[in-house]
Amino acid sequence: MSASTATTNVAGLEVSREAWGVRVRLSGRWTLSAGLPSTDAVARELEAAPPGTRLVFETVGLEAWDSALVSFVFSTAGMAAARGASVDASALPDGARRLLALSLAVPARVLPKAPKDDALTARVGEVALRAFRTAGDALDFLGETVVALGALLRGRARFRRVDLMHALESAGVGALGIVALINLLIGAVLAFVGAVQLQQFGASIYVANLVAIGITRELGALMTGIVMAGRTGASFAAVLGTMTVNEEVDALRTMGLKPVEFLVLPRVLATSLMLPALVAYADVLGVLGGTFVGVALLDLGAVEYLRATQSSLELRHVVIGLVKSVAFGVVVALTGCYYGVRCGRSAAAVGEATTRAVVMGIVFVVVVDAVFTVLLHLVHL
Amino acid sequence: MSEPRPHVEVRDLTMAFGSHVVQQGIRFQIRRGEIFVIMGDSGCGKSTLMRHMIGLNRPAAGEVFYEGEPLWEGDEDARALFMDRFGVLYQNAALWSSMTLEENVSLPLAERKRLGRAEASEVARLKLALVGLAGFEGHYPAEISGGMRKRAGLARAMALDPEILYFDEPSAGLDPLSSRRLDDLILELRDSSGTTIVLVTHELPSIFELGDNAVFLDAERKTMIAQGRPEELKHCDEPKVRAFMERGRL
Repeated sequence: MSASTATTNVAGLEVSREAWGVRVRLSGRWTLSAGLPSTDAVARELEAAPPGTRLVFETVGLEAWDSALVSFVFSTAGMAAARGASVDASALPDGARRLLALSLAVPARVLPKAPKDDALTARVGEVALRAFRTAGDALDFLGETVVALGALLRGRARFRRVDLMHALESAGVGALGIVALINLLIGAVLAFVGAVQLQQFGASIYVANLVAIGITRELGALMTGIVMAGRTGASFAAVLGTMTVNEEVDALRTMGLKPVEFLVLPRVLATSLMLPALVAYADVLGVLGGTFVGVALLDLGAVEYLRATQSSLELRHVVIGLVKSVAFGVVVALTGCYYGVRCGRSAAAVGEATTRAVVMGIVFVVVVDAVFTVLLHLVHL
Repeated sequence: MSEPRPHVEVRDLTMAFGSHVVQQGIRFQIRRGEIFVIMGDSGCGKSTLMRHMIGLNRPAAGEVFYEGEPLWEGDEDARALFMDRFGVLYQNAALWSSMTLEENVSLPLAERKRLGRAEASEVARLKLALVGLAGFEGHYPAEISGGMRKRAGLARAMALDPEILYFDEPSAGLDPLSSRRLDDLILELRDSSGTTIVLVTHELPSIFELGDNAVFLDAERKTMIAQGRPEELKHCDEPKVRAFMERGRL
């Protein structure tokens, strides 16, 4: 006979191997607050015992018990069953026996898991396939939106005017503060960086040109697009994602309403209408930010600075910035709505959809900006 | 011989949101090991009463006692100790969607009982087996059915071996067979572990099958209008309660 004993100051455990099998003596206080003794000793003895053996639980001076005891017996009974050993738990307290019987009443389901290939090629292939499927799905969504836009032009699109108003307010007035702050600072930073360099060549006055063209043609629209991707795109994804989780989108479908017309169209319209207005506002504030730095740092008069701004600024720069902003608005709204409508069914899925909407929104804004830059260069604008 | 101290006592409780009173004058006692049903018509404040009893909503007046100790007298830390004594199954199970079933059950064990990862996981497996979910430990809530989610929510509610289990509409959204299975499970858990159970429901079969005692809240009069054994309430003086218990018309 071999025996091993593991005793804590609260839960007592004594495991011994007998001719007929393994005896487990439980004593003391078996409670969760005291922690669970390890099942290793029982596993070792079961391992060494011949197949078809018995596992017998005995209690000696068991003062208190809770799930700690049942959990220990449940785990070791599972080990015994795996080795074809029979289990005798008749000496356990009545409640513990009933709980053990309840836990063993439904046999564990063995659920086959799809084999996962971890090879690098398999992972690359998986990512590529997923990207391909997402691209196809996104094209479907884009197609649906274009069709909805066609319906709108024919006066057949069905959505609530009040939703459009809410979206206009959210994507327009609601964003004034953050757009003002970001563009004022960007104008100031641009002027500061330009001033440090241009002062060396005695060309300080050209700071006004740099800020005016940089902001109106490029940075005003780009920064506003990025801010809107983080603000409005995220909000669209979160709202539509929550609606998807709550089956509100399904409810629209079963009532014969097209979610793209009803939910996406007003948001795309609102964002693409509001973005140019926001960018015009951003341009003014960007130039203002540059003026503060120009006047404070370069000893230029405000009038002189603004006159230099006026003479350097051509209408085409402003128009290019505004045209880009319409494209940014469409991209931001479509990305936010796409990830919202295609959201999964759990709370975590809403978070994931929102994150993706922001990341992809920013990526698409920058990509669209790069495409514009190349195209405009090609047509010498 | 004196009566044993009630396990839970609600004394002169008023529930209100600002100046809007939901219910007032609520008083009842729950004995240890009893299955107590809180029932009433829709919108009467059954779930709100449960939230007041488990420390989520502060009463406008009155107090909730656990073995004579007031729940709302102490600060938040003191209430957290009370919360170790009860488990709650929420109406929609409220499983944490980013965690597997095993992690859902392990978390309170690791955080409140300071069990190690392996120990918490061992107990979590037992709790899931108790509700018939052995083999589903690695699944996420989104991957299982509504009935299974309810049972997993029950496994999590039982994680800390609570003295009292609260159930908010446990049968909501379940088919009759799943609902019956859950009722059997509740009964078996009470009988094997002696847990006191508080059930918020308006499911008549569950009320009659499980309830030892019950209280009826009325939305119109904003107070409790009947209390007693469910079978007795079928014949009580209140026409509304009689109609409710017989599924009749007023």
